[in-house]
Amino acid sequence: MSKNILHSWKNTPLASRVEEGSSKNFKTGSWRSKKPVHNKEICTNCLQCWINCPDNAIKVKDGNIDKIDYDFCKGCGICAEVCPVKAIEMKNEKDE
Amino acid sequence: MIKKALTGNEVIAEAMRQIEPDVIAAYPITPATEIVQIFSQFVADGKVKTEFIPAESEHSAISCCVGSSAAGARTMTATSSQGLALMHEILHIAPGLRLPIIMPVVNRALSSPINIHCDHSDTMNARDTGWIQIYSENVQEAYDNLIQIVRISENKNILIPSMVMTDGFVISHGMENVEIAEDRKVKDFVGEYKPVQTILDTDNPFTLGSLALFDSYFEIKRAQEKAIINSKKIILEIAEEFKRKFGREYGYFEKYKLDDAKIALVAIGSISGTIKDAVDSLRGKGKKVGLLKLRVFRPFPAEEIKEALKNTKAIGILDRSLSFSGQGGPIFSEIRSAVFDLKEKLFVLDYIYGLGGRDTTQKEIEEIFNNIELETREDRTIDLIKYVGLKN
Repeated sequence: MSKNILHSWKNTPLASRVEEGSSKNFKTGSWRSKKPVHNKEICTNCLQCWINCPDNAIKVKDGNIDKIDYDFCKGCGICAEVCPVKAIEMKNEKDE
Repeated sequence: MIKKALTGNEVIAEAMRQIEPDVIAAYPITPATEIVQIFSQFVADGKVKTEFIPAESEHSAISCCVGSSAAGARTMTATSSQGLALMHEILHIAPGLRLPIIMPVVNRALSSPINIHCDHSDTMNARDTGWIQIYSENVQEAYDNLIQIVRISENKNILIPSMVMTDGFVISHGMENVEIAEDRKVKDFVGEYKPVQTILDTDNPFTLGSLALFDSYFEIKRAQEKAIINSKKIILEIAEEFKRKFGREYGYFEKYKLDDAKIALVAIGSISGTIKDAVDSLRGKGKKVGLLKLRVFRPFPAEEIKEALKNTKAIGILDRSLSFSGQGGPIFSEIRSAVFDLKEKLFVLDYIYGLGGRDTTQKEIEEIFNNIELETREDRTIDLIKYVGLKN
């Protein structure tokens, strides 16, 4: 509801309708307790992490891993788990 | 206008044929089965263009209705008793999403013990789900209520689903002479359905049914409550238009010889016919008695009921279901609360009757009137809750 934050019940959108694209305004990355850290030195750009990421948080540019979008990465660790060369490491948020 | 002898189920199927909704999704259950059985024959015979979905349960049937109504289709179903109970989870969702689904409900007792006959346990159990609830006294009212309810639910300022009730077997299977309007007249009255919003509108995409936590849930539910409160005005407007076009008059309730009555009964459903005969009989003996027959139970017309009952001395409420609270049935609680602010104290007694389809006779109704007179004659401790026709 972030885009539709209500100030009065009198102007509530009908049936709690939420306009399209509102999830962009809701930074689910804040849920994360562990963050994936990408090591470009050993990454082979096989894109397994990009295929498997459930939050579309692995950003690709010209066929190569560009960065991890920490605004929406929930820290599930799937990318680190599927990486065949261990180029992604899950680190505690506090340690960073 | 055509005069026909029809049962309650037949008349509802006939009204549904004339309204010709876009979608009907349903699952059969006694005593409502015939409604969709007859309607499915209309579909098979090509008499309607309605998409008919025979679902695998009532939970699925009402879920189909939610999807179809959200897509912008005029949508109906019909059920009874256990079927309505199985729908219960989705009953809350339909008004929350502001989907004007129409559902005739044939009143039947709830298990256990299992019973197929009439009482009002099923729809009273659904009274706080947010649906508009209108009860019918007879076959003609069932027809008239169903035609009117389409306009009430679909009003763009309301968008709240509705139930139209008929008493199981008494109305659903009882045959009466009724006036059926021409198809064109009904179609003109209900009009073409123009949904305010549809999830299939790809030019204006939106999410329906998303999460709303402590920052917005409260406001959304208050707005939903306001919509059903606003339907009170629309119910009367539609009744007025219906009277002009079809000639029969409706309101929140019917006052039968109530204006000068000292003792009155309040009832819903088919028992009202029996009470009218009892009132006539007692009036013949000089007793000032009357009836308030409640038609609209949700939204509850508390102020109007208070006004209608203010000159009575004592009233008896006929409840055809239990609340298991020790405080009487649901209609008793509502009415007693509505008349609490009256300056002159009004005695309110509850009479539980007809559970599981037990018949209540005119003689028993006359005894209720006599009992109210006796109980409230002098200053004595009154037993508020009574049971009519219970084997002692």
